[in-house]
Amino acid sequence: MNTVNTTITSEVGQPEEAVVPISDEKPAETVIEEGKTVGKPFADDPKFKLRDVDVFYGDTRAIKKISLDIGRNEVIAFIGPSGCGKSTFLRCLNRMNDSIDICSVKGSLHLDDHDIYDPKRDVVELRARVGMVFQKPNPFPKSIYDNVAYGPRIHGLANRKSDLDEIVENSLRKAGLWEEVKDRLDANATGMSGGQQQRLCIARAIAVSPEVVLMDEPCSALDPIATAKVEELIAELSESYTIVIVTHSMQQAARVSHRTAYFHLGHLVEVNETNKVFTSPEHELTESYITGRFG
Amino acid sequence: MTDQRSQAEIVRQSLKRRYRKERRFRAYGVIAIAIALGALLTLFTDIIGKGYTGFMKTTITMDVQLDGEMMYLDDPTDERQIKMADFVEPLVQSLIKEIPGASEENRKQVRELINPYASVELRDALKANPEWLGTTQTMTFLSHTDVDVYVKHAGDDAYSIKLNDQQKAWVEELQERGVIETSFNDVFFSGGDSRDPSKAGILGAIVGSLLTMFVTLILSFPIGVAAAIYLEEFAPQNKFTDFIEVNINNLAAVPSIIFGLLGLAVFINLFGMPRSVPVVGGLVLTLMTLPTIIISSRAAIKSVPPSIREAAEGIGASKMQVVLHHVLPLAMPGMLTGSIIGMAQALGETAPLLLIGMVAFIVDVPDGFFDSATVLPVQVFLWAGSPELAFIERASAAIMVLLTFLISMNALAIWMRKRLERRW
Repeated sequence: MNTVNTTITSEVGQPEEAVVPISDEKPAETVIEEGKTVGKPFADDPKFKLRDVDVFYGDTRAIKKISLDIGRNEVIAFIGPSGCGKSTFLRCLNRMNDSIDICSVKGSLHLDDHDIYDPKRDVVELRARVGMVFQKPNPFPKSIYDNVAYGPRIHGLANRKSDLDEIVENSLRKAGLWEEVKDRLDANATGMSGGQQQRLCIARAIAVSPEVVLMDEPCSALDPIATAKVEELIAELSESYTIVIVTHSMQQAARVSHRTAYFHLGHLVEVNETNKVFTSPEHELTESYITGRFG
Repeated sequence: MTDQRSQAEIVRQSLKRRYRKERRFRAYGVIAIAIALGALLTLFTDIIGKGYTGFMKTTITMDVQLDGEMMYLDDPTDERQIKMADFVEPLVQSLIKEIPGASEENRKQVRELINPYASVELRDALKANPEWLGTTQTMTFLSHTDVDVYVKHAGDDAYSIKLNDQQKAWVEELQERGVIETSFNDVFFSGGDSRDPSKAGILGAIVGSLLTMFVTLILSFPIGVAAAIYLEEFAPQNKFTDFIEVNINNLAAVPSIIFGLLGLAVFINLFGMPRSVPVVGGLVLTLMTLPTIIISSRAAIKSVPPSIREAAEGIGASKMQVVLHHVLPLAMPGMLTGSIIGMAQALGETAPLLLIGMVAFIVDVPDGFFDSATVLPVQVFLWAGSPELAFIERASAAIMVLLTFLISMNALAIWMRKRLERRW
């Protein structure tokens, strides 16, 4: 595939309409105006209010002036070609980038009017409110019970054993895992299948009752059946949580999300209702991507 | 077509060459391993072959007549009388009776068959059992070292036999009659060093080694692990941290005798600690072991998958909780393995201990951290350099004991790694 290496410089009218299969021809050059996002990036009563966000890795500018609102109990999907910055942007939302020394974040990021990057605010509190599920299932090498109970324990959410048992059971039920594991809560979590592990990670994330769950390509390491189960789970969770999901699968984005944001080379190109993005994209880059011209 | 056939031909020919190369390469590996195994085998056969006699002692069993008049003793409970009494005479007289053809004229030669410490043993026995005075008791004593050497090494040119022909004949006669016997050398494991090889033991050195190792372990493990955790998890990435890292690696390569000099200058001269004591030995070995423990602990921490860290951070664990709850438990097997190997190294270390005075001749088994002591490798060093050939087999026996300790420590490290290792 010829691809994204066209750092788009000058506007040369419309892209060629003809289907360009594998060829040496470069795709049409398009300008992305910095900070300009087509579609509906803003909402009335947002959970996250993100304005003019810039992320630097050393001297490299990985995120370029992105502004976006994420609504309450909304499932928003971030899509885009590899290296477009969608994971980086996701990790800004619970400051997972903090542990990378050379990474710096500029702009204003608010969660319910609280500044996420306020140096006075403890990141621990933020992460209790904004949970995260990672690309590769990463259960602790402990028992299933301890995996789920870990978050509530360190945050002191349960004082009695019975409370903790209840939290564990509820979380596992919400993650659709309870029936499969209720008889072996003491078994080591690393002995489970990949799909079960990932659902366990989701259970672990929701055990601390977060308001938002961030998911970074949660299904990329799973087989189709496990993927279907996780997607089902996301749909159920969306009733009570705000979910931000990064995915490489456009079908997945189309299936689970309410809104879809398309990222390109650090720019947020287009945000809109999912069906609109996939049926009538407004930006030509979005269109090229979803029709499989690159990515 | 012709092209293709010739290409197949070329490939076939090159294949042959490749196979030859592979066979040769494998042969090199086999040879290398054979050399290594051969060296090990030579080492072990040599040490065991020379040293197994160190685990044997030669004893004389005879009926000793405890005649009060002969010993100038009529009350064994009287300290002064005991001090003045003659305990050599009953031994000599008893042995003369055991040897046919020996008489009062041979008493000097007969006396040379009995260990000089035998009279002390007899005195202690009589002190413990005063009622024995005037009776005849069957007792077992160590033979003289010259007898020991003759019994074990008669006909071996490497050992000079100091007995004369008369004495040799007697020893053979006594051996036949079962008066002189060889048995397992319990003296070797129950006593400290001695000028007399037959009396010399390694218990003092073993206890000294254990005390020194204990000090080393309780200091170097916590300090090493704490340093590794700080450097790996908390230290900022800057020039100063790099500088520290480089220097820790340098320390690991510093010859151990330098640490001995440092110990001498700092602990003994500056802090005024006593010489030859396990505490100072332990401190010096701690300095020497620390880099090994830090380096292996850092490697163990690094090998904890970042996904586990991310998972814990993602739930909201603080840095400290991530380290204590997740990183440490997962890195512990690696840290322990590294520490055990570092300790094994320290156990075998001689050079730095020579400089802080642990090379002294110490007869008593040390009874504390501030009591003069020596350690196993230094004991080997002392005996190996001693002029009496009878010490050589003791040195070899001590080497075997030391190797047993080292091999069991390394086996423990391997077992722990296998046992505690987690897979994810």
